[in-house]
Amino acid sequence: MSMRGLRSRRSRVAEHVLRIPRSGIRDFFDIVSQRQDVISLSIGEPDFDAPWHVREAAIFALEKGATHYTSNRGLLRLREAVSRYVERNFALQYDPETEILVTVGVSEAVDLALRAILSPGDEVIYHEPAYVSYAPLTAIAHGRPRPVVTRMEDEFRLRPEAIRRQLSERTQALLLNFPNNPTGAELSADDLRGIARVAEEEDLIIITDEIYAELTYDQAHTTIASLPGMKQRAIFLHGFSKGWAMTGFRIGYACGPAELIEAMMKIHQYSMLCAPVLAQEAAIGALLDGLDDVEQMRNEYRRRRNFLLRSFAQMGLRCVVPRGAFYSFPYVGELGLSSRDFALRLLEEESVAVVPGTAFGTCGEGFVRCAFATAMEEIEEATERMGAFVARYRKAGA
Amino acid sequence: MDELLELLKRNALETPENLGKMLGLNADEVRKRIAEYEERGVIRGYQAVINEDVLALDRVNAVIEVKITPERHGGFDRIARRICKFPEVQSAYLMSGAYDLLLFVSGRNLKEVATFVSEKLATIEGVVSTATHFMLKTYKQHGLMMEGEDEYERLKVSP
Repeated sequence: MSMRGLRSRRSRVAEHVLRIPRSGIRDFFDIVSQRQDVISLSIGEPDFDAPWHVREAAIFALEKGATHYTSNRGLLRLREAVSRYVERNFALQYDPETEILVTVGVSEAVDLALRAILSPGDEVIYHEPAYVSYAPLTAIAHGRPRPVVTRMEDEFRLRPEAIRRQLSERTQALLLNFPNNPTGAELSADDLRGIARVAEEEDLIIITDEIYAELTYDQAHTTIASLPGMKQRAIFLHGFSKGWAMTGFRIGYACGPAELIEAMMKIHQYSMLCAPVLAQEAAIGALLDGLDDVEQMRNEYRRRRNFLLRSFAQMGLRCVVPRGAFYSFPYVGELGLSSRDFALRLLEEESVAVVPGTAFGTCGEGFVRCAFATAMEEIEEATERMGAFVARYRKAGA
Repeated sequence: MDELLELLKRNALETPENLGKMLGLNADEVRKRIAEYEERGVIRGYQAVINEDVLALDRVNAVIEVKITPERHGGFDRIARRICKFPEVQSAYLMSGAYDLLLFVSGRNLKEVATFVSEKLATIEGVVSTATHFMLKTYKQHGLMMEGEDEYERLKVSP
């Protein structure tokens, strides 16, 4: 038998890709899509369309003939606007020429960052419950994801001690996402300092996904990258999808030390070339004229959050107050149903869609994610139905 | 503006219970604050925003620019208040620029509005001139689009 013959018995899909499990959200999506008249609290994007200023900027650019490639790093005008915005809002100074890369959403930026810094077998510590892409993207970059569990009792904050327990010789990076999807958690100043100390002592790179930074409801967001000594080891990832309701534009950016941004740019230039020019033009519009819109949306989310929390309290469900993002993560484990069964039966019996907490890591068992990126009237109706559902199961269990 | 007022401006039919849940108040506190606003004259009333074009009412609406001579005592106020007494006048504003008052007037037909202007409005002492513009179609009023647009499809579940 030839060596080629031996090869043919192997899978046609790369082994490390085969090992990646199917996304729990995708699974649930297939079930929900078959149903009509569902009120969905399972959507992780704003219900608002992008602000008119933003759309108009894209239309204007298109009329002017903005249909060409841009610099690999992105339009300089956008990088300059990003630099000003990040300095004003996050107290971080980045050079638009060398320290900022415009990407196709934060999703691409996370992928680039991981591929740029991981050698095969390197480990990345991240916290769970977490956004669905961190572990798979780490694996795709031939790294090993090392989850740290965060708990409701701690308000889903990340404890420095918990990070230390997951450290190994191969730990290369710490991946953070606060305000958090799916819990809405934020970190306190103490938490940030503690985590920064670990990063410093253990010489870790910090990848921080700040996509919800504008959407905080009780106090302004502080990024770990702005703490003393952190800028040189932090890759600050941000974008326009959530704060400006621009998910479909697919536009974001990475800021960091020139060496790391250069490495990310190397991958980006071959795999993506550049972010779409219209999305870049829209992003410039967002930074120049879209800030009032962000403010208005934030106020609306805050009211919806308050409404949801009050409703959960009336149902007798425990829920950590989401300080940011647009997700609540109530605990439904007392009803004697798994997260998945709760979500499936709620969908079946009341036509309300929520996402099982397990889609965000095994420690999400017992929880469901209810987004408040849905119109108030729908939230009112959904909580009424959910209340009836919970009462019914409580009675059955009693 | 107070958040409660903003919410009422958007939907005056929202229940005090729901308003309370959004604002972190209980329903009785909301009722009390609304009553205070009514008492102070901040809230002047509650109305529906109606797209009259759909109803084919055969009514006409007009905007009238009015120039008036201000008076030694009271400026424009006395004449403006007098003009506002006519039931035909729906809204009235004092303006900067080429004219003084802007009136929104409504009537059963063109003739009725024309008669109002020539016989009632223009004959008031102090009214110097008027210019009447009839409205043809309403696209947006009180911040609301009169024709709904089809919603762009959004996924039912997303990460």
